[in-house]
Amino acid sequence: MNRLKHLVFGAALAFSAMGLPAQQVLAETFVFTAIPDENEARLRERFDKVAVYLTKTLGVETKYIPVKSYAAAVTAFRNNQVQLGWFGGLSGVRARHLVPGSEAIAQGFEDQAFETYFIVHASTGLKPSADFPAAIAGKTFTFGSKGSTSGRLMPEYYVRQNFKAAPNRIFTKVGFSGNHSKTIALVQSGAYQVGAVNFKVWENELKAGKIDPKKVSVVWKTPPYPDYQWTIRGDVETRWKAGFKAKVREALLNMKDPDLLASFPRKSFIPASNSDYKPILDVAKLIDLIS
Amino acid sequence: MSSPQALSANLRRGYSPVVKTSLIFVAVAAVCLFFADISITTLDPWSEMGRMAQGVLAPDFTAVAGIGMIIVQTIAFALCGVALGAVGGFLLAQIFHIGPVRWTCAAVRAIHELFWALIFLQMLGLTPLTGVLAIAIPYAGICAKVYAETLEEAELPALPALPFGTGIISSFFFARLPDVWVHIKNYTAYRFECGLRSSAVLGFVGLPTLGFYLETAFGEGNYSEAAALLIIFYVLIATLRLWMRPKLIGLYVLVAPFLLGGGAAIDMRNIARFLTVDIVPAPLRNGSLGAGKTWSNLADWAGMLLFDQALPGMVATLLLSQIALVATGILALALFPLISEKFFGRLPRLLGHVFLVVLRSTPEFILAYIFLQLWGPSMLPAIVALALHNGAIIGHLVGRFSDQVRLRPDSPRGLNLYGFEILPRIYGQFLAFLFYRWEVIMRETAILGILGIATLGFYVDSSLADIRLDRVMFLIAIMVIFNVAVDALSRHIRSRLRLSTQTGQA
Repeated sequence: MNRLKHLVFGAALAFSAMGLPAQQVLAETFVFTAIPDENEARLRERFDKVAVYLTKTLGVETKYIPVKSYAAAVTAFRNNQVQLGWFGGLSGVRARHLVPGSEAIAQGFEDQAFETYFIVHASTGLKPSADFPAAIAGKTFTFGSKGSTSGRLMPEYYVRQNFKAAPNRIFTKVGFSGNHSKTIALVQSGAYQVGAVNFKVWENELKAGKIDPKKVSVVWKTPPYPDYQWTIRGDVETRWKAGFKAKVREALLNMKDPDLLASFPRKSFIPASNSDYKPILDVAKLIDLIS
Repeated sequence: MSSPQALSANLRRGYSPVVKTSLIFVAVAAVCLFFADISITTLDPWSEMGRMAQGVLAPDFTAVAGIGMIIVQTIAFALCGVALGAVGGFLLAQIFHIGPVRWTCAAVRAIHELFWALIFLQMLGLTPLTGVLAIAIPYAGICAKVYAETLEEAELPALPALPFGTGIISSFFFARLPDVWVHIKNYTAYRFECGLRSSAVLGFVGLPTLGFYLETAFGEGNYSEAAALLIIFYVLIATLRLWMRPKLIGLYVLVAPFLLGGGAAIDMRNIARFLTVDIVPAPLRNGSLGAGKTWSNLADWAGMLLFDQALPGMVATLLLSQIALVATGILALALFPLISEKFFGRLPRLLGHVFLVVLRSTPEFILAYIFLQLWGPSMLPAIVALALHNGAIIGHLVGRFSDQVRLRPDSPRGLNLYGFEILPRIYGQFLAFLFYRWEVIMRETAILGILGIATLGFYVDSSLADIRLDRVMFLIAIMVIFNVAVDALSRHIRSRLRLSTQTGQA
């Protein structure tokens, strides 16, 4: 009986304690997140540095919180639990769609012309080509994360455009590996014959020696499209002060520390606007990833 | 060898209902197998498998910073979730005879913890409350059912002995509860082990438990770190009885809420928006209610979800879970002797326990990934992953149950003991465990999208990735109906076969 009492009491306490975090209002901390597109330790290291830089430059306490999925990053932004996000093309479009008044303020220099690589296992015998490789039809195919621009949106778009049909009608099997590193691992082992991968991650892993060129190789590169960008909520102006948005943009554009830039990896940050991402929005609507 | 006469006599008599049911399930699985794709396509899995093996052989415990806190938080979420769930379930069990209460309990337990967490993430964000509720709500549904059945089926010798005029509350605490207390206690303890697994798995969606770090390490191919985390988790589960002392539970539950960590602030507007806008079907949200067009759009919307996603999803779910169910059963029957006193001595049993802990504590998605590397994408990796995980759980429960079987001093040994003495006596119990596990297996098929198997859960996950919460709720509602139907069927079979229901443990 005693135990039951303990249970009841403990549970009651648990409930009351649950309420506590709700009251700790993180009033003046400016919080941002980023889509989890690669190695988490690297993300944490990179964005903790960014947080230090922004705290110093903006004069406002700034914090980075890591999330587990593209959708979680968008949801946190939508729920105002973060006010700034380093999003991909698709997740950024979704975030701005869900939060009226939010704005793309800066992108990486390379993000003006991002690419997806279609990679194949050596046993397919496919060779690199400038034209879309129609011979991938009938093979097994893996995307990356369901919410990824380079691992899902753009490759699906080109598959549909070239075959005039949905991927699951073209390929014998369509999987979602979850992230770009797993896509490479799965195609390298031949578990899937073809995969679509972010070109930056491919180049990084190639440099790191994780790719065996005898087993897996690039067969086609998509035309360039706009990708990653910093997006900020519109209501930061009322929460902090007028002109806060411009200050954040300026701070991002003035990020010159070569180590910090190399960690993204981006050459520099340049101004961006919502209209830069019109092509992504159109494609997302076309293949019904956004309504 | 039986004589031809005996054989024909057997045939005339026919098989017992229990055997018949088993054969029907095996036949159904065989038919499903015919429709399922179980091809093997991988070419050279060995480089990735080699890296995994290296990781297992050289686990790196130093790679995980703050491992102590991770473990503490994993336990804290399990404690808070299970305590709330058990208390809630206990209260609900008292009014379980009321239809709507029973239906609500069936509905909430039909939704996997991970999906509960994803729903609460939309409303509450990454807060401790999200994790606690994701465990507490489905567990309350499960506990309510099992406690109610326990209370209902208990023989209550003390009840008639009470003096006339004893109040309901007194008779409950002095005559009813004491007789079922051991059952309830054992079941709740078992639930806590499940709670630890659930808590760890919640890390996959961002809560600060073991799964958070495991998913990261595994996803990035840091297999030494992943192995270290898994080994710690195995030890945690294997030593549960040592640190989860009855006397300490009260203290644990008191402290746990303070160890959950902080989180973002909860904003009521997000909750309101989720309930009043997000989950309203898009055609209704975007159109005017008076226009006929709105309603025809709504019909198209529902038709599309039903025919393009829900129905194919249900077919895939059914194929996969029927095959996995039978594979689970076969595996459980093969595994349980490993931990049974009837078959092995102390040391081999210990090894058996370790083996079963490893199988049942490794998240299915990790098993599925390993087999995906080995065999390529098909239903095969999913079937094997589900069968190993669930077979080890049922094997563990059946093994413990077999220890209670009393044998004659001259009972046979080895295979004869297994086939003629133990198996017939544990078979009913085994089936009861297996049928309880049926709906669990069905829920677990949700997480296998990596294999390209489009189960119902796969479509839910896709809509979540698209942040189309109206679709999420529609598909989850169908999932609930589907699961409740299977649960009802399983209950029907159990009661027809008169299998004890005192065994909700699976």
